[in-house]
Parts: sequence; structure tokens; C-alpha cells
Amino acid sequence: MFPYLPHTDKEIKEMLSEIGVGSIDELFADIPAKIRFKGELNLPQGQSELEVYKRLQALADKNQQAVSFLGAGNYDHIIPSTVGALMGRTEFYTSYTPYQPEISQGVLQAIFEFQTLMCELTSLQVSNASLYDGHTAASEACSLAINSTRKTDTILYSSTIHPYTKQVLETYFEDLNIKLVELPEKEGVLDTDSVKAQLGDNVAGLLVQSPNIYGNLEDYTGLSDVLHEHKSLLIVSSNPMALGAIKSQGEWGADIAIGDTQPFGLPAYYGGPSVGYIAATEKLLRKMPGRIVGQSVDEDGKRAFVLTLQAREQHIKRERATSNICSNQALAALGNTIYLATVGKEGLKELAEQNMQKAHYLAEKLKKEAGLKMAADHPFFNEFTLELPKKAADVASAMEADGIFAGVPLNQLDASKSDKLLTVAVTEKRTVEEMDRYVQSMKGALK
Amino acid sequence: MSTQLKNKLIFERSREGRRGFRVPELDVPARKPEEMVDKKYLRVNETALPEVSEVDVIRHYTRLSQKNYCVDLGFYPLGSCTMKYNPKINEVTAGLAGFAGLHPLQPQKTTQGILELMYDLTERLCEVTGMSWGTLQPFAGAHGEFTGMKFFKSYFKKRGDTGRTKVLVPDAAHGTNPASAHISGFDVVEVKSNEKGMVSVEDLKQHLDENLAGIMLTNPNTLGLYEEDIAEIAELVHDAGGLLYYDGANLNAVMGKSRPGDMGFDVVHLNLHKTFSTPHGGGGPGSGAVMVNKKLEPFLPAPTVRKRGSEYYLDHDIPDTMGRISGFYGNIAVLVRAYTYILTMGHDGLKRASELAVLNANYLKEKLKGRYFLPYDRVCKHEFVLSAQKMKDANGVNGTDVAKALLEFGIHAPTVYFPLIVHEAMMFEPTETESRESLDNFIEVMHEIADLAEKDPDKLHAMPTSTPVRRVDQVQAAKHPVLRWQPE
Amino acid sequence: MASPEKLKFQKSHEWTRVEGSIAYVGISDHAQEELGDIVFVEIPEVDDEFEAGEEVTNIESVKAASPIYAPVSGKVVKVNQELEEAPELINQKPYEAFIFAIEMTDPSELDKLLSYEEYQKSIEEEE
Repeated sequence: MFPYLPHTDKEIKEMLSEIGVGSIDELFADIPAKIRFKGELNLPQGQSELEVYKRLQALADKNQQAVSFLGAGNYDHIIPSTVGALMGRTEFYTSYTPYQPEISQGVLQAIFEFQTLMCELTSLQVSNASLYDGHTAASEACSLAINSTRKTDTILYSSTIHPYTKQVLETYFEDLNIKLVELPEKEGVLDTDSVKAQLGDNVAGLLVQSPNIYGNLEDYTGLSDVLHEHKSLLIVSSNPMALGAIKSQGEWGADIAIGDTQPFGLPAYYGGPSVGYIAATEKLLRKMPGRIVGQSVDEDGKRAFVLTLQAREQHIKRERATSNICSNQALAALGNTIYLATVGKEGLKELAEQNMQKAHYLAEKLKKEAGLKMAADHPFFNEFTLELPKKAADVASAMEADGIFAGVPLNQLDASKSDKLLTVAVTEKRTVEEMDRYVQSMKGALK
Repeated sequence: MSTQLKNKLIFERSREGRRGFRVPELDVPARKPEEMVDKKYLRVNETALPEVSEVDVIRHYTRLSQKNYCVDLGFYPLGSCTMKYNPKINEVTAGLAGFAGLHPLQPQKTTQGILELMYDLTERLCEVTGMSWGTLQPFAGAHGEFTGMKFFKSYFKKRGDTGRTKVLVPDAAHGTNPASAHISGFDVVEVKSNEKGMVSVEDLKQHLDENLAGIMLTNPNTLGLYEEDIAEIAELVHDAGGLLYYDGANLNAVMGKSRPGDMGFDVVHLNLHKTFSTPHGGGGPGSGAVMVNKKLEPFLPAPTVRKRGSEYYLDHDIPDTMGRISGFYGNIAVLVRAYTYILTMGHDGLKRASELAVLNANYLKEKLKGRYFLPYDRVCKHEFVLSAQKMKDANGVNGTDVAKALLEFGIHAPTVYFPLIVHEAMMFEPTETESRESLDNFIEVMHEIADLAEKDPDKLHAMPTSTPVRRVDQVQAAKHPVLRWQPE
Repeated sequence: MASPEKLKFQKSHEWTRVEGSIAYVGISDHAQEELGDIVFVEIPEVDDEFEAGEEVTNIESVKAASPIYAPVSGKVVKVNQELEEAPELINQKPYEAFIFAIEMTDPSELDKLLSYEEYQKSIEEEE
């Protein structure tokens, strides 16, 4: 008995006779005997809902959680109830890509609103909801830079971007005759003095990140001018929650903004799904990867939304396409849109400020009361990196016994980094009591 | 309610000073941003985020949802997209806090449950496809294709066989196939279909040389036909030193009937959001898990989930890995749903699903082919392709008109204008979860549309009329792009 | 209306009109017909240099994108800015609406292009 298979035996018989065959097996007779699968797949039999639920609940129960100070691209923020209530509407989650605009205005308008929100936050002109996560968005942004600058073959990136982003870039570009050049850091931020020497006719763009992997804010004053002089583009990756308070990519003069929207109403969910956001200047519009929603009118002149500029896309360009993206992360982007609508203009500002205030509270307390020092004394948003006197992994595992996930030992992301670095994220969800407990636990772990 | 209020954007509902969310009381000393961070790092421009109440938010998006068609409302015969029913138990299990709250970098001894699920799911997908191990990281089908092409690259690089730069793609293939091969650094060469609608073995033989890296195939193919020469094709490609890539978009036709591994494929991508019933969510997030045989296992993207004794762990130590393809480990919430589905269905249910998907497709095909032209008239698998060309020549009614008329009747359109080898193509995939009366209703509607095409084609050109909006001006949208709302 | 008989063609459907050392490039009536409503013409940058046969730019309709290849080698000296606002001019007057003009470095490359008659024949073969 399978609840999702509606056919009765009688119906199957009748349908077979309408088709003009004697059995279902006859419909599979075109599979050559040599490669036909004989017997049964080595899987258990089907089960009832209750049995399945018990198994999944048991698996979920095997996981453990603690008071979390983990970040590095995935954060523990408040998720307003509106997000789950609306994302759970089947009209949204059981629909396909909105190919038929007449019956897909819900998803199309939501994506149009998402595009607007991302443009507002990044201070750039065009955006979409098509990319998978912040790391793959970086590789799409670099492709966009390569494809919109003539005769370029080099991407520069700061050594302070997320190590996983670097690794994804290597995978994406190693077979494409594209050179990736890492620029050095100085005291926890990109050494901007190193940029000029690398520029030439062949550089498509520079990828930087702020807040960077240490949590530090970077100063890009004048950087876009230097790049534009050489017709190179500036790509800035930012935690979007930070954009509620810190300078946006557009304000720095960036051509492309990217990042990961997980902080906006999406559960941590062991890293996925989320949305890789991308926004760019109007000039780059026709080379943007992925689906884009535009506003138009219907036959009665009524405002209507539709997938547009499709001539860029893989299903038309095929082997001439510069990106193979064809999904849009509509449901996750809908979650982001509902989140931003709910917290609103003032709410986002307030949340961003609380993140900063709490992270600064903890950082200062650790300095003062535990005598700890920062890896580099630099302005930060909601994440900072400590340079511990002991191995960060050992400290973290000692603190775990106190029910605290203390942070991410950076050498876990990049083995070339010192094993004493611990990156700590503090969101609006952490309370003063939890942070005070953190300090006590840290002191104990360092004894 | 006035239509104006009904059709607003969230931004147009904004009222200065209105709030929809209460931030918790600040319990640390209040400090201004500029007291913590130098002003040059701080945002200058205000954002035009909406200022609305929670009630506004709920009504706005609930109303938007009502302008959207979905599987839970009715039949969705969109070819190659496998719009089967999305079981509700999947949503319940995916919502378990024990999964949703996990941070990707928390210690692995605290994530044994999710790692076990990932391990178990990989094993089961290997069994369904006849492969040896795989990766759950790819975020979508196209991402899985890219990963598949990186397996090709890594394999030849390891062998020092770097002259193999050519990937063959049939002319009927999904557009993502050539795009994925191209962005992975391969040259794409098209292979022709023969008069039966299958890969032409004769044409294939023209391309088998020392530059061949491999071929990307869908089986059943995009016409819904099982490639009867698949074993010979696999042998030819392997003998020429190439590899075979299986595009799993159409796996729903053959579960428990025919496994890509047994057909001779080296690497397989699956669309968990198609075959394994996870919802499409308006286009994503999906999951494009990739399975490989022993030969390609050394090149898995890092990390991969493994088991040591009774402990599960993420193995980063893969000496010949292709590298990292995504930030963390994939769309885990989608994996939980797919795993739930496989447990629910079991080996018997998966096979039954494929059998009934094929039964439904053949039933529809037989009932429609009298009124619509069927270019390849033979037993199909889970989908089939009709052509509106004859209708267009006789009455000026094309594939788009048929598609739009279906919307008027409350049914989703088929995939139109694909595959490219059929003029005015309309591709139908009913899936196994449609009942006979749903199919019969559809057949009736399709006959009515065919009648209208003969008697009153203008009525069809004007459809749909009762949908939330009517046909949308695509030329204006592309010529004068308006891609965001602008504050006044 | 400009008469196509006086123009040179490429198999990829571009026409070329020669005025002194300058080659004007557009697309054929057949090409605009196939593409349908043209919604966007990417205007190349003046001073960019191209080899004969190299992709210079793209034009797009709702359902297709088509690359435009350089008929001859040289430097772009002029572009048709009007097309930015009014891409439909290519649909309306295909043989008048040039897209860009190249200052030729090697006029002998013109000999490799097709006559109108030869081009017509190549279209028939394609179909």
C-alpha cells in the first residue's frame, strides 16, 4: 500500500487494455534483457508514516546542540514566526520554476521583491535569486567579471576571504585557463597597497570580503578607482546582516556584490539550503548568471511579472553559455523576503546594531577579564578572532563540556592558519548571561 | 477589496514608523555604532526596506500565494520536470529541530544523526543507480552536471591524458548539458539523433577519437524513449577511452527496472527534487546528488561522508579530490526529505512508482495521439513529446496557444519548444501520482482544445482570460527591463 | 532602402558594406526574421580590435541570442548608438541599421566574404 499511488488494480487493467498491452512488463520490453535489472533493489520495504517518523526522530535526537558562538558563514539568528508560516504554504513550495507567468505571479512577484531588497541593501542596480550559496556566488561573480571585460584571464582575490571560497574558486577555474592570484593581508585585512602592482590589461577583477574571515571590517576607500583605471571590476562579498549597519558594496564603489543570505530567516541546517545573493551595476546586467524577473504588463495592461532576459541563459545559449545555472533559489529567497519585510527598515538596523553591541561586549570582556588578545586589533561587526595561548581546537572542546560551542578554530578551515586562532560569532540571540558564562568557561579552559 | 490593494508590492504597503517585529530588549550596554567602529566603515544610505506590520506581511504573502499554481492544486504535466506529489511527512521530518538547528562546523561527534542520514542516503542512492559511492553536495541538477564533468577532468588529469577535451552531447539533450560541459573546460560536440529519436550510433562513431573525453546522456532520453543501443554506445565510448555521464533528470522512469551503472555509465547525477519527491519551491533549492563507480571514486569532492566502526565522519583526506564544489555539504534540508521518501516507498514502492509513471504516460500518449501529432510513435517511458506543427499549419494554433489554453482549464502547461529536434514540441510527463480520473479529465480538456483549434482558433489565441494575469508582454520586459521597485 | 545585392555576407548572417577603408556591419533580413523581435543589441566599444571571424558582440531577441562575428580584421571606429534605445530598427530596416564599423587592416579579407547570391544559396542549403 502506497499512499501516493492512486491506481486500483482494476484501473491498471483497464488502462493497459486501452494502451493495447497485456501487462506493465510489456511497457518495459524495450529495455534490452542484458541490462534489465532483475530481482529487487537491496532496500527495505516501504513503511508507514509512524515508522518513518520514528526513524527520523531518532536520527535527529542523535544530534546535539549547545549555546552557539559559531559563524564563519552560517549564523544563529532569530527567525520570526512569519517566515515558517508563509514558506510552509504549499502554493509556494510545491510549484515549479515560474515558466507560465499567468499562474505564477506569486513566486514571480516575491522574487521581484527579493531583487529589490538586495539592490537596496547592496546599493547596486540589478540582482537575482538564482545562486546557490555565498561561495559558489563568488565563482559566478568572477565569471561575470571575466565575461564582461575583454581579453582578461586573471582574478585577484584577498587572502582574507573565506578559505572555502578560495577552494571553490580553484575547483571552478583550474581547467579554464584563468589565473587566480592571492593578494596578501596585513594585520588581519587585505594589504591594499599590494593591489596596484598586480593590475594590468589582463585582470578581470578583484574579489574581497568584509567582514572578512577573521570578522574584520576592511577599508576599500579609493580601491574601485584604482581598479577601474585598469578596466578591472571590484567584487565585494559581505554578510548581508552586516549591511544593516556597515558600508554597502555600492557605497564602496563595487561593481558586483555577493554573499550568502542564510542570516535572513533561514535555519542553519548544517549549511544548506540558502541563497547566494548577487547584485551588480546596470552595465553588467546582460551578462548576469541565472534567472531574472522583470516587470511588464499583460494583455489588459495590468502590471505583471515575468522571467526575462532569457537569451543569456543556458537553455538558449547551450554550449555558448557562460553559466549553467538554471534553478532559482525561490523558496529560500522567499524566506529572506518575508524575513526582511517582517523585521523592516528599522528592525534590520536595530538587529545589526545589537549584533555589534553584543560582539563588542564579549570581545572586551574577554580582553579585560580573561586577558585575551585579538589576532589583529581591527574594527569588526559580529565576529572576531582571538589569538589564544593554547590550541584553539583544545579550548573549544573543553568549552563544549560546559555546553558552549566556543567558535571556529580557523585552521579547521585552512590548515595553513595558526592553530591558536579562534573565530567567535555573537548574534542578537546571545544573552548577557550566556556571554558571561562564555568568559568563565574560557578562563577554565585556559587554566 | 479594490484590485489596487490586492496587487501592491510589499514596498507599496509601507507606512513610515510601522513595525512588524520586536527586537529583544538589549541586555548589554547600549552604544552607538560609531562608538564601536570608525565612521568610514558605516553605512551612509538608508535602505528602502518596507515598514509594515506582521498582519500586513501575512496578508500580503498569503495573497501572493493565491496567485500561484502548484502540485497541491492539480495536474502539472511539465515534461522532464517530474512534478509528482510532495508528501507531507517529508515536511514534518525536515522540520525537526534536531536537524534544522545544526551548524555546519560544530564538532562531528555532535552531528552523528545527520551524518548517519547522509551516509545511509548515499548508500541507498548507490543501490538505486548501481554505483559505488557519491556526493550529496551539489545544490541543483546543473551543479551535479558540473560536478560530473569535474570527475571527467580529474580522471583524465590523473592519467596524464590531457588531450581529451571533447564531450559529446546529443542534439536532443537538456540545454544545461552543453553549458555544464563548456563551463568545465570541455569542447562540446553535438551527436545527431536517428529517425527513431535515439542517439545515432553511426554518427557517434564519427566522433570516437583520441580527443574524446566522454558523452552526456539522458536515458530515457528527452523524447521519453529508452535508448535501445545504450549497451553498444557504452562499449564504443569506453573502447575509445571515454567516460559516460548519466543525466538523471529522467530516472523516474526506470527505478528498479534498469540501473545506470548496469547500462555502463561511470557517473550519474540525480535530481532529488524530481525523482525523490522533494518540493521544487518555485525553482529551488533542489539537490543534484552525484553517484560514481569505483573508477571515479578517488576524485570525489571534499569532504565525503564515511563510516569508521560505528562512527560517521566527514572525510577531508581525499588525495585525488576534484576539490571543493560548495561551501558546506549540500542542501541538507532537501536530503532529509529525499531520505524520508525512500524510507516510505522502499524497494517495492520505488519500482511501483516507475511502473505507474510509465503506465500513465503511455495511457495519455495513446489517448492523445489521434488529435495531436506524435512524431515518434512507440512505447514511451515516463514522458512523451507531441508536436503542434500540424495544428499551426492548419489553423495557426501553436504550442504556446495549447499551453495557455490549458491554464484556462486549471491545468499546468506541458514543457513547450523542447526538445529542439521536434518543431512546436510539447512534452508531457504525468508522473505516477496522478489518478486515472485526473488523466481522463486532462484528455478531455486536450480534446476540447483540439476542437477549438479547428472551430475557433481566435478563442485560443486569447486564452487565458481567467488567470490572475493574462498573457504577459515579454518583448517589453526584455527591451525595457524593470527589475526592481524604485522608491518615489 | 539599401539594396542587399551590393553587400557582402558571411554564412553567419552578417552583411558588410564597404566605404573606403571602413566596413559597416549589420545582420541580414533572413537573420532578423529568424530571431524575431530584437530586444537588445550589445553596443561594442570603439577602439577595440578584432581578428576576422572573432566574436564582436551579441544581439538578443526574447527567445534567442546571436553572436556577431567580425567580417574582417581591424579596429572598431564607429557604433550605432541608436540601437541601444531602438533595437527594433534591425527588424524594421535590416540593411540600413548597421551595428558597428571596422577600419580594415587588410581589405583583401573582403574577398573571402560571400556575394548576396552565394549567401542566398547558403541559406537554402541550411534549410
